[in-house]
Amino acid sequence: MIKVTDLSKNYGPVEAVKSISFDIQDGEIVGFLGANGAGKTTTLKMMTGYLVPTTGRIEVDDLNIIDNTYEIQKQIGYLPELNPLYSEMRVYEYLEFLASIRKITGRAFKEALARVSEQCGLRGVVHKNISDCSKGYKQRIGLAAAMIHDPKILILDEPVSGLDPNQIVEIRHLIKQLGKEKLVFMSSHILQEIQVTVDRIMIINKGEIVANGTSDELMSNFKGNVLLNMEIKNAVPGSVEHIQAKLPSIKFISMNETNDIQQVQFEYGKDQDPREELFRYAVDNNWSILKMNPHTTNLEDIFRNLTWEGGTNA
Amino acid sequence: MHNISTIFQREMQSYFNSPMAYIFLVIFAVVNGYFFTNTFFLFGQSDLRMLFDIVPLVYLFFIPAVSMGLIARENNIGTMETISTLPLNSYEFVMGKFLAGFCLILLGLVATVIHFISLVSVGTNVDYGATFSGYLGLALMGATFTAIGTYASSITENQVVAFIIGVFLVLVFYMLDKTLVFVPHSLAGLVQFLAVDYHLSNISRGVIDSRNLIYFFSMIGFFIYLTIRTLEVKRWK
Repeated sequence: MIKVTDLSKNYGPVEAVKSISFDIQDGEIVGFLGANGAGKTTTLKMMTGYLVPTTGRIEVDDLNIIDNTYEIQKQIGYLPELNPLYSEMRVYEYLEFLASIRKITGRAFKEALARVSEQCGLRGVVHKNISDCSKGYKQRIGLAAAMIHDPKILILDEPVSGLDPNQIVEIRHLIKQLGKEKLVFMSSHILQEIQVTVDRIMIINKGEIVANGTSDELMSNFKGNVLLNMEIKNAVPGSVEHIQAKLPSIKFISMNETNDIQQVQFEYGKDQDPREELFRYAVDNNWSILKMNPHTTNLEDIFRNLTWEGGTNA
Repeated sequence: MHNISTIFQREMQSYFNSPMAYIFLVIFAVVNGYFFTNTFFLFGQSDLRMLFDIVPLVYLFFIPAVSMGLIARENNIGTMETISTLPLNSYEFVMGKFLAGFCLILLGLVATVIHFISLVSVGTNVDYGATFSGYLGLALMGATFTAIGTYASSITENQVVAFIIGVFLVLVFYMLDKTLVFVPHSLAGLVQFLAVDYHLSNISRGVIDSRNLIYFFSMIGFFIYLTIRTLEVKRWK
């Protein structure tokens, strides 16, 4: 279990992370979401012992990272954002080097190598030079390097950035598999990625955590009104603008007209569905409905709303 | 100790996986060999004094070149982040790096033993003791310059900058005792004691004095300590 309390990091006068607190249980996959520069990587770097926090505590199973850096680093596997690798080494040489520092040598290393090459799909490239591997394979090598010592905790900074859609699906599958027995904390700025992979989402904006929960919880907390987009023809003049007089639950928002087709936007509350009444109203007023498309708030809207420059932090 | 040896092995592997080590060893041997044999038959003396005079000059540029990438490259390509999140002490990391650089210098030095072998085969009255102490002096000087180069490599992520800083620092310590005439009399003793050439010339003459050994070992220790501190401070920034 990781417990973070009032964690802050200043780079000179810049406050990169502002007093954040959260905890992550074993066997949980948590996604850390934020725009570029929101403080994700800084937080991860502090959790791996690479950077020392300005204030606050990071505890792993009741051990404080400042006093027990090595003990904690033994339990953590970390994939840095830019996935730096020694390009002149062969894949197995690189993994052997990392394993050796983690005191995994000889037979134990061979077993570990077999395990991570299986998990990360490295079988064909183990004897290749890292510089000859494709971007997708390099990312897998980075993951294998993070997992060579079979750590309890995996901290992955943007694990799927730069991969093609097929590779993304593979890595996502791998992370989900690993998450069954390990604590996985992964950052991303790609919302769809986080949404399908993780159990819980934390959104960070300008160094502060602005949302923390499962995607359903976030949706129900932040759900706004439903926007209804319609395309209609032949509407009786005035019947669109003054709809609220007849149907109080529906609010008129806007109307544009192109080639006799009126594009109209209405709004209604998230707990209502007045579409049937609207249909009957349309018939009464001679509207020909070409399209009717309700747009409910999705996670992307929530993310944009929470992290938008000058947006409201609901 | 295990971690120092792991870092050392990786670094040696990296030297010999690229042309770096081979180019260094060949040019080091050629430059030293040329300057040594140039005057060897002219003077007709069976000693290696010329070699012991030329190697320190070659060191001035070769050692910073060998050590410039030790840490700067890790900073540059970002592997420092991976290294810093391993259960590895800064001390072990720096020592492994320093020893790898020093080992390459020693290999270069060992290659010059060929001149000693030719000397023994053509010369008479060869002074084995002076030769031994000459080599000891060169090895100690090489270790000192490697420690300085390692430090220069730790304060930047640009290898060229690390090289320039390294050359500058080793030049300062090499030139110090040549500037004694400009130094106030009261400071002359101190400046001379800090000069690396002063201690080398003592050892090269065959006098292995503990003062000289203490000087070399403290210089090595001091710059390794500075390197470790530099790496630690980065985590707190």
